[in-house]
Amino acid sequence: MENLIALLVAAPLLGAAVLLCGGRRLDRGGHWIGTLLAVVSFAVGVLLFTDMLGKDAEHRALHQSLFSWIPVEGFQADVAFQLDQLSMTFVLLITGVGSLIHVYSIGYMEHDERRRRFFGYLNLFLAAMLLLVIADNYLLLYVGWEGVGLASYLLIGFWQHKPSAATAAKKAFLVNRVGDMGLSIAIMLMFTTFGTFAFGPVLESTADTSEGMLTAIGLLLLLAACGKSAQVPLQSWLGDAMEGPTPVSALIHAATMVTAGVYLITRSGAIFNAAPDAQLAVVIVGAVTLLFGAIVGCAKDDIKKALAGSTMSQIGYMILAAGLGPIGYAFAIMHLVTHGFFKAGLFLGAGSVMHGMNDEVDMRKYGGLRKYMPVTFVTFGLGYLAIIGFPGLSGFWSKDKIIEAAFAYDDGIRGWIFGGVALLGAGITAFYMTRVMIMTFFGEKRWQPDADGNEPHPHESPKSMTIPMIVLAFGSVFAGGLFSLNESFVKWLEPVTQFEHPHPVISVPAITASTVVVLLLGAALAYVMYGRKPVPVTAPRGSLLTRAARRDLLQDDFNHVVLVRGGEHLTRSLVYVDHTMVDGVVNGTAAGFGGLSGRMRKLQNGFARSYAVSMFGGTAILIAATLLMRAV
Amino acid sequence: MSFPLLTATAAVPAIGAIVTAAVPSARRTAAKWLALLFSLATLLLAGVVGARFDPGGDRYQLTESHAWIADFGVRYELGVDGIGVALIGLTALLIPFIILAGWHDADPYETDSKRWRPTQGFFALILMVEAMVILSFEATDVFLFYVLFEAMLIPMYFLIGGFGDRAAATQPAADAAGGSDEKAAAQRSYAAVKFLLYNLVGGLIMLAAVIGLYVVAGNFSLQEIAAARASGELEMATNTERLLFLGFFFAFAVKAPLWPLHTWLPNAMGEATAPVAVLITAVVDKVGTFAMLRFCLQLFPEASKWATPVILVLALISIVYGALLAVGQRDIKRLVAYASISHFGFIIMGIFAMTSQGQSGATLYMINHGISTAALMLVAGFLISRRGSRLIADFGGVQKVAPVLAGTFLIGSLATLSLPGLAPFVSEFLVLVGTFTRYPVVGIIATFGIVLAALYTLVLYQRTMTGPVKLEVAKMPDLRVRELVVVAPLIALLIFLGVYPKPVTDLVNPAVGHTLSDVQKKDPKPEVEAAK
Repeated sequence: MENLIALLVAAPLLGAAVLLCGGRRLDRGGHWIGTLLAVVSFAVGVLLFTDMLGKDAEHRALHQSLFSWIPVEGFQADVAFQLDQLSMTFVLLITGVGSLIHVYSIGYMEHDERRRRFFGYLNLFLAAMLLLVIADNYLLLYVGWEGVGLASYLLIGFWQHKPSAATAAKKAFLVNRVGDMGLSIAIMLMFTTFGTFAFGPVLESTADTSEGMLTAIGLLLLLAACGKSAQVPLQSWLGDAMEGPTPVSALIHAATMVTAGVYLITRSGAIFNAAPDAQLAVVIVGAVTLLFGAIVGCAKDDIKKALAGSTMSQIGYMILAAGLGPIGYAFAIMHLVTHGFFKAGLFLGAGSVMHGMNDEVDMRKYGGLRKYMPVTFVTFGLGYLAIIGFPGLSGFWSKDKIIEAAFAYDDGIRGWIFGGVALLGAGITAFYMTRVMIMTFFGEKRWQPDADGNEPHPHESPKSMTIPMIVLAFGSVFAGGLFSLNESFVKWLEPVTQFEHPHPVISVPAITASTVVVLLLGAALAYVMYGRKPVPVTAPRGSLLTRAARRDLLQDDFNHVVLVRGGEHLTRSLVYVDHTMVDGVVNGTAAGFGGLSGRMRKLQNGFARSYAVSMFGGTAILIAATLLMRAV
Repeated sequence: MSFPLLTATAAVPAIGAIVTAAVPSARRTAAKWLALLFSLATLLLAGVVGARFDPGGDRYQLTESHAWIADFGVRYELGVDGIGVALIGLTALLIPFIILAGWHDADPYETDSKRWRPTQGFFALILMVEAMVILSFEATDVFLFYVLFEAMLIPMYFLIGGFGDRAAATQPAADAAGGSDEKAAAQRSYAAVKFLLYNLVGGLIMLAAVIGLYVVAGNFSLQEIAAARASGELEMATNTERLLFLGFFFAFAVKAPLWPLHTWLPNAMGEATAPVAVLITAVVDKVGTFAMLRFCLQLFPEASKWATPVILVLALISIVYGALLAVGQRDIKRLVAYASISHFGFIIMGIFAMTSQGQSGATLYMINHGISTAALMLVAGFLISRRGSRLIADFGGVQKVAPVLAGTFLIGSLATLSLPGLAPFVSEFLVLVGTFTRYPVVGIIATFGIVLAALYTLVLYQRTMTGPVKLEVAKMPDLRVRELVVVAPLIALLIFLGVYPKPVTDLVNPAVGHTLSDVQKKDPKPEVEAAK
């Protein structure tokens, strides 16, 4: 069985190679090849999963060693895979949602002349993401980690002729590189501390080193997670990443890649468990981001950017949960999976809406679409109910548990703070998602002919697009309940992540009740603001906070002033220094030694050849002299 | 006596140079094919060297030794260790691609056919450089090495000064016809002279040190001196050793090049044609870093350790400074040159970290940097020749009209920023880890280089390849077959060595072990083990 693990990565990798090198010949059937290989990977995943279920809980992990990757004295990095329950969960999510999105893209990208290449990139993404979650050591994980970054770069910038897309792609890669620095240094620290960076030995010997060392490693891993998962302070790239085609936003920037940070922290649980300060930092980052993303999500009129804010916020929940330790890991992953379903579904729904609306993204120009696209309306609506945590649907089960765990951070004030933030976030989530729902599907139609006089004719999308949406809607409705039945999900992960029951500062029923109250309040407020009166087509000026939130709470303005401007001044002055001073000083020193600069000036006047000849002559004389000496 | 394989590996390109030069001008194309043939024969011989070399065997293998200038104890003494074999392989591998990429670089001017342009000379000079570089990787006699180290400047000088790009950086193609041609020639000649002077000064200082070494040791044999040093037979006063070390190191640091001795490189690489720029940075400059490993550390172990802190700081400055300057460039070739300066910083840092990972990584870095820079620079050259300009601002939207060219350029860029999965990642990470274990702060600062590398490569890609198609590039043809033949194997190698670098590390590891025992340095133990 374990020999099949490599096939998970190999199938989509083969697809990427064939599609990207195959040339025009494959333009007609390339998308089928890409989709088929994604499904093959999913099938292998299911096969491995059923096999895994047949074993008892403690002996489910599989291991496959392929070859020695970088063998250097004292340093060993192997290409080897480890498939345990945590990795398995990701494999199924990635290949399952991935396959659905491949199918969806067949229809969505039908009119794009570079569709073959799009599928090549999607396959490349799957391969890298799978490598990330099945690697058995941090360095191989790093390969997958940057591999998904590359795929994300290529796909955000897929429409490269748009300068905004090219800029967004570069920005995403650069911000992620800052996070990668953290991962890089963390791996180096592991190497100097443990002499290895394989999961097993590192995570088992955390007791042998100091808490300070583990805190340092933990904080560096957190930095990496912040980059990949768009957490404060490295969150600024995600909104711009919406420049990519919508299936990409659904797969990479909602369901899978952006959750890699949660995987990293959960995987490194043993390190964080022994470093409470690092854990506190994780929780703070999660709490700040869940509010940050939610506030930004409230102000955006671009449907994809509103959803991007929401993604940031939901991942904030996961990160917060992962920072809570054994009381939170399982719920972080559970929310990650249910979020994978409903957020992918929401994005595909948004794509379907755009598909029918001439690629319009401004929700102020939607309205009343439920009549025109019933399937999209129902599936999006179910995703909406799931994400706000409507009782009984997937999001309710997973998010409620995280709120409980947050209240259990400790017995004192921190439990109240983090629990309160998580609760508040649930209310804001209900507000912004209700706003999206109302502006898009309810009220009067607000679209108008564009500059060329083309009026959009909203229509339902083809089957290849609606079927994946329906499948994901099922997941949005039932997955959470299924996972919570008998605590099956928690028990499944327990051998890997450990589990302790949280003991919140207030009783569990009280938390559940207040969650429901808060979400009803949020939804009601949105109804009052957007449902009771017509939505203006042009955005009103708005309060100071609204205006700031529209600009992503001024993140880019800050980056621009501090980093971009400062950087430009630095490089410009360095170029000047290099041209005048460094060169000048070296030439001047040389002149001091033997008037070289004077000679140099002469040489520039056309005596270069004569100098070369004289040098050649000099060498010849030297050799002749030695030969002569020898003869004598 | 066995077949002198090492001599043959250097002699074949040397003979090739003479044969190519002797072809009459009318048979220009034949000269090109001859040059290519000889370079391929050299590659074959380099392959034989690799096959005959036993990584687990003696330190120096395939040795040859003949008396040369008996009065001074100068011998024609050759031998290779794993590092030498790897670099000979790199050189022999890159030259055919350089020749193919420069196939039309020395053709006669279309507009002015009367102006003399020695096509055969171009290819003969390239082969000449190859012969000297290969022999310098083989020489175990210090004097022999010195002569080669200096002599290779002559063909390089003519390659830079005589065969510059036809597109001047400051002049768009439109007015390239008139006076700007002369201006370009002047810039080129300035660059060539600067190259020559910098390296010559370095060489002269080294000559003094070589003579000094002879005075102290009484002969020039690397092996004899190193053995005498190790056994304690040959004692050197601390100051003498330091002075001699500095003499050698200075010359190598100019060639490598290390900050602040780097300013000749951007001029030389900017003015030379792309294939010659590759020859400079991917092949010739490697002699500098190679010589640091072979001569500085072996002959002067104590002084090397003494100078380490300063050298590490200079290497660190090179890494960050080179990258920052690359960000600020407006000329594609100069950008690649500054990126190389940053990368040479990594190599030198790896060497002087004096750990197994650092030095294996540095050696691997020399190979990978050679391949990745060749891929990026040669594609850049194809791009520049299509537009007649090296200015980044003159391009835009190329991927729309020439997707294959853009794709290969992107892969070259990703290799330059050390993307995991491609070869340069392996070496860069090894260098960083190897440095970090001994000098954590240096390692952390150097890691900033990976962010800056992403910045300069991706900004370059964005400005040239993406966005709306510029009018002047609208009719740009995609890569031709000859160009694909150059680029595809390089990319394949980058991927192969990124996934499976074991063949090279196996070759290099034992040699690094020898070098580390020369300087009597052991790798720091992991904290957990040290505590037990």
